[in-house]
Amino acid sequence: MTGTTTRRDFLKMGAAGASVLPFLKAMPASAQGADTMVVVIGQTINSLDLHRTGTSRAAYQVGINCYDRLVSFGTKEAIGGGYSYDYSKIEPELAESWTVSDDGMTLTFKLKPNARFWDGRKVTAQDVKWSFDRAVTVGGFPTVQMKAGGLERPDQFIAEDEDTFVIKLDRPSKLTIPDLAVPVPYVINSVEVQQNAAADDPWGLEYLHTTPAGSGAYKVLRWAPGEQLVYERNDDWAGGPLPALKRVVIREVPSPATRRALVERGDVQMAFGIPDKDAAELADKIDVFSTPVENCIHCLCPNFAFEPFQDANVRKAIAYAVPYEDIFQTAAFGRGLPLYGGSAEIPEGDTQWPRKTQYYTDLEKARELMAQSAYPEGFEVPLSISLDLASWMEPTALLVQEALGKIGIKVEIEKIPGANWRTAVLVEKRLPLHLENFGGWLNTPDYYFFWAYKDGHLFNSSNYRNEEIEQLVDDSLHMPMDDPAYAPMIKRMFEIALEDLPRIPLYQPALNVAANGAEGYEFWFHRQLDIRPISLT
Amino acid sequence: MLSAYPRLRAVLLRCAQAIPVVIGVVVISFLLTRALPGDPAVYFAGVMADEASIEETRIAMGLDKPMTQQFVIYVGELLRGDLGMSLTSGRPVATDLANRLPASLELTLTALILASAIAIPLGILAATRPGTWVDHLCRVVVTAGVSLPTFFTGIVLIFVFYYLLGIAPSPLGRLDFIYIEPDHITGFYLIDAALTGDWETWRGAAKQLILPAGTLALFTLAPLARMTRASMLGALSSDFIRTARAAGLTNRKVLYGYAFRNALLPVVTTLGMVFSFALGANVLVEKVFAWPGIGSYAVEALVVSDYAAVQGFVLAMALLFVVLNLVIDLLYTAIDPRIGFEAS
Repeated sequence: MTGTTTRRDFLKMGAAGASVLPFLKAMPASAQGADTMVVVIGQTINSLDLHRTGTSRAAYQVGINCYDRLVSFGTKEAIGGGYSYDYSKIEPELAESWTVSDDGMTLTFKLKPNARFWDGRKVTAQDVKWSFDRAVTVGGFPTVQMKAGGLERPDQFIAEDEDTFVIKLDRPSKLTIPDLAVPVPYVINSVEVQQNAAADDPWGLEYLHTTPAGSGAYKVLRWAPGEQLVYERNDDWAGGPLPALKRVVIREVPSPATRRALVERGDVQMAFGIPDKDAAELADKIDVFSTPVENCIHCLCPNFAFEPFQDANVRKAIAYAVPYEDIFQTAAFGRGLPLYGGSAEIPEGDTQWPRKTQYYTDLEKARELMAQSAYPEGFEVPLSISLDLASWMEPTALLVQEALGKIGIKVEIEKIPGANWRTAVLVEKRLPLHLENFGGWLNTPDYYFFWAYKDGHLFNSSNYRNEEIEQLVDDSLHMPMDDPAYAPMIKRMFEIALEDLPRIPLYQPALNVAANGAEGYEFWFHRQLDIRPISLT
Repeated sequence: MLSAYPRLRAVLLRCAQAIPVVIGVVVISFLLTRALPGDPAVYFAGVMADEASIEETRIAMGLDKPMTQQFVIYVGELLRGDLGMSLTSGRPVATDLANRLPASLELTLTALILASAIAIPLGILAATRPGTWVDHLCRVVVTAGVSLPTFFTGIVLIFVFYYLLGIAPSPLGRLDFIYIEPDHITGFYLIDAALTGDWETWRGAAKQLILPAGTLALFTLAPLARMTRASMLGALSSDFIRTARAAGLTNRKVLYGYAFRNALLPVVTTLGMVFSFALGANVLVEKVFAWPGIGSYAVEALVVSDYAAVQGFVLAMALLFVVLNLVIDLLYTAIDPRIGFEAS
């Protein structure tokens, strides 16, 4: 569709719309229709199919806006203004209702009878099965994400009849249903794909790359990678209340200064993902939503493979030397949440994560701890940062360098190009001291710990291993959060992690969105724009 | 037979000479991209990928094969006109280049025409009236032009003309979103829109061009004006000008018929050089004005080690420069009949 839309067809489509459309040739930007929004983003949407290898993060928004999942999350008020998705509330999207068997091993979903794909065909359980089979088979990111919810093999998915879809689990897990609401397990029009895909491409990876085939709230009208993406509303959407905006134009503008000028002038209604600095400066002029990213922490990580960091006193000395407030103000411009100066006592039943640590800036204490350590004279260590994330890592690294210099640790900053960063920090785990920013999509502390504190796991870039943590994470990962044993286990995990400090939490970052003439913005864990709840003011 | 057409023969000869250059570029770009630090399979498998999915990605990208075999495959595809798939944009590299090269060329050529239209008269005026206010103006403009980096000029122009005054259109790339891009004929929006007679779009595209082209023109103006002034001064003080003046020729004839034509050669050479570095300097202007050009494409591809895109870009640029040098050589013979191809 996107590749072949001719100019004439496109104008005809516009003329068929009920209201005045903005694509009439020479209408000034200010006179655009009341149901069209323009959004500027900094990244490139490089595919319309999230399951494809190499799909950029910005492209996930197509999976969100153009496709439906079985279920979605609810909405709540967010810290920092606007709304946020609500992890604790699961709402129907394509599924009308669902039941979980008593042993928790079988999930049965009833599909909405009125849900239709864009081509008018009814959404069937067979489509759901085909889509899930695809996600667990194509490999790469979708397969890893499905696995997080215990969805690993096609034989787990059964289309019982046209409206009934069943998932068989190997073990019950609290992560399964939330994992069905992330962008990955979306439902594709399997008949359309099988009719159009090439013979050697059974999953339609090439076809769906340029031609979405879904049932979602928006269709893709035009797509020019590196320039723009135009959404048009699907008026027959059954997944939720009909969105207010008829058409949404996503323009890619690489320069943050230009994005800021555009939204400040009101020529575009939204700038998505603006730098913290712009967010801080624009906040009193237009609407700025700075939502702390759930389950995400910017950390300073001392690597256990580097000998001096095996000394607990050294790690604690660093935690007391870090200038938290300066970092929060200079690197994050006060956007997000500070994570220092809390109480070491964790109240009963408190599973809040990220949480304030018991550490704060106290150079005297840091010097004492250094004197007690095996390295009273200090040592030299490189502090590695990624050039791709330099906007927060560089100022943070400079402040850390200065502070650690005061307790005898001589720090040299090493800048690593973005393409090498992941290999060095996460795969080889060879950086003695580095900054890290993992955030988990599924918002439970055990999920964060699974990725960031378990030995050998991807985001455990400090080579940390603690037998008790290993056991606690394994036990709590699939356990329901209302299980009486859950909260005490989480509390113990917090205590160990904050005592051992393989990751020193600096602050919780924010996702900044500036709106000038649009309302209803909702933060999502995937950090992409969901345009469905948005309307113009 | 070709000896009857010396110019055609020379053109063919030059094209033949370009073949080893292109072969060299193909080999070197292939080797250099592989020598880049970083592993594209790891990058494109995504942050959450495990060993197995990285390996799958590596196989899908053909990077598991030995380098020589990769090279043979690459050259084979190249001979069939297939430049490979870009992973950053998710499209064939040939399509990307066909879309982005005209965008960059349109911007650079407009900027150069603009720069020449200002720099050459300014240089001539400065040379004919050395030491006057025109000369000083020329010097000030030239110094300002070279000393301001393009991204800075770009942001200042946006700030003044778009943000403060509101007379420039939104810096949103080649066309504001309210227009539909013209049918793809040449890829140059101004030309395509004119060919299809769509003057609304033509005006829209022209408006979008003014600020970025102006930014780039400011930058390229300096060497052109300097070179014009210097070579005009040289020509004006030569013997044949004195003779021409003594023979009582009109001032106009002396200035434009003799002095300027002789002074033009170094200016054309400079123009060629300026064109090539302007295409490179484009990157920053493209970023600031969201211009979907080839510079930003190449930089993004380089950052993530997108081999096919980088190779395609280097090859396209190499071919472009071969053509550019040929055009400049042909221009030489047109300007100065003393320069013949026979000599080379």
